[in-house]
Amino acid sequence: MTSSIDVEGLSLSFPLYHGNARSLKKTVLSTVTGRMAADNRNRVVVEALRDVNLALRPGDRLALVGGNGAGKTTLLRAMAGIYEPVAGRVRVQGSLNALVDPHLGMNPELTGRENIMLRGMYLGLDKKAIEGLAEDVAAFAELTDFLDLPVRIYSSGMIVRLGFALATSVQPQVLLMDEWFLAGDAGFMEKARVRLENLVRGVEILVLSSHATDVVLQWCTRALWMDQGRVRADGPPAEVLSAYLGHPVQLSEWAQQRMATTGSDPGEAG
Amino acid sequence: MAPPMEGSSHLQPSENVVLDLAADQSWGERNRAAWRDVCDGLAQWRLVWTLAWLDIRLKYRGSVLGPFWLTISTGAMVAAMGILYAVLFRLELRDYIPYLGLSLVLWGFVGALVSDACGAFTTNQGMIRSVRMPFTLYAARIVVRNLIILGHNAVVVVVVNLVLWTWPPAGVAWLALPGMVLWLAVSLSLALLLGALCARLHDIPPIVANVMQMAFFLSAVIWKPEQLDDRQWMLALNPFFCLLEVVRGPLFGTPPSLLVVGCALGYSAVLFAITWLVFVRVRGRIAFWL
Repeated sequence: MTSSIDVEGLSLSFPLYHGNARSLKKTVLSTVTGRMAADNRNRVVVEALRDVNLALRPGDRLALVGGNGAGKTTLLRAMAGIYEPVAGRVRVQGSLNALVDPHLGMNPELTGRENIMLRGMYLGLDKKAIEGLAEDVAAFAELTDFLDLPVRIYSSGMIVRLGFALATSVQPQVLLMDEWFLAGDAGFMEKARVRLENLVRGVEILVLSSHATDVVLQWCTRALWMDQGRVRADGPPAEVLSAYLGHPVQLSEWAQQRMATTGSDPGEAG
Repeated sequence: MAPPMEGSSHLQPSENVVLDLAADQSWGERNRAAWRDVCDGLAQWRLVWTLAWLDIRLKYRGSVLGPFWLTISTGAMVAAMGILYAVLFRLELRDYIPYLGLSLVLWGFVGALVSDACGAFTTNQGMIRSVRMPFTLYAARIVVRNLIILGHNAVVVVVVNLVLWTWPPAGVAWLALPGMVLWLAVSLSLALLLGALCARLHDIPPIVANVMQMAFFLSAVIWKPEQLDDRQWMLALNPFFCLLEVVRGPLFGTPPSLLVVGCALGYSAVLFAITWLVFVRVRGRIAFWL
């Protein structure tokens, strides 16, 4: 089955039920103009996405750029089926993995192995595949002796490695990824990068929410500038980024060198 | 197609997903989506079972007796309350203690289930907001977790019957099985309904806590229906009593009357209908409320 993502006229709004809606309405309306509205029953809502349209086919690598609160993560979640449309339609075909929350379902009281097993079950893997998953993750995250100890006592570096290894251990057709994924400590970064690039190279459709110019230019074939829940611009990454940042963009020297030496360009495949 | 992986063994997700979500669905489409949620949730029984077991294991990790602390505290409660109330009500100990033991163990399940049900979705908000999973999964986790606890507490009932040798006749006791099946359906239904309502309206949990406290005293848990004399029929008005009795009656050797069974089935049908209407209506909105 070929993968695809079709988003038609998608709008999402979050109702504000709790607290004093009236006074909240006044304060927020005066500060954030345009994002707040009242729905047909006079409830105060935050309009997180407004009339978003987009179609992605195999080979597409889309970057979502925009300021904080522009609706990037909400759009990722909507494409992952976590938020169902308030208006419009979302249709996704193909196996899907959404990397939105760095600690997705990770329970600090459980051991590393138990956390891995749980994730495997959430992913619908069978027993044998879960064993493979445990080996793969333990090797990558360098947990060795810690695998059977509670995650609570891990160092923060180990937790990051475990979360990252878990999230990147399954190869979906459609990968939705939030920008937190590109953060990490320097020593681990290079290893993580290789693994992530392998993963990205193997997916048919990538949607990436990111602020990192290098990553967007290197990996993506299309960019969407989100602003206050709307699509402000849609086009080639260099153009959209230039418009968004207000100055011309190009790959940093470091990234150019890296591409020249390793030939690593996850955007080319698909 | 993708080039081969270098040095990493990426796993393939087991099945293909076709996600088709639209706003302004017809009632029929919403019904099908809700039904799919229930079926998908129950199909994940292995995951439900694991999550429920981990909940218990986590709570008692590092403790020597583990979940059997539940058994011990229930046993101590039954012994203390049994003797106190037998004196207060002037009841015969050998008759009252098995009754109280059974009642407290079963009510322990009901009470814990209802209070857990209020947090069915709010306590899983991290999960719900990062991956699409059937909501029934979270509800079923609560039901199974409390079933496991009930299994541990059941030891108290067995011990009491062993000590006092007051086993119910086997011909009557098996009638508790259909009662348990009804309980499972009612529990799942309650977890879905209360979970959704409590996610939307934060005033519901305290109301539920109050209702459950009242229900404990009104549902003939610590006293016997016979003590109402000719006003026993009033108990049929209490859904908690009717549902409790369909399991407790047979296990105590007194099968419930047809009136009580009929009422239990009737109240359950009403609950199922309300749950279905609410769940079909709000399923797609729960993630927005957390």
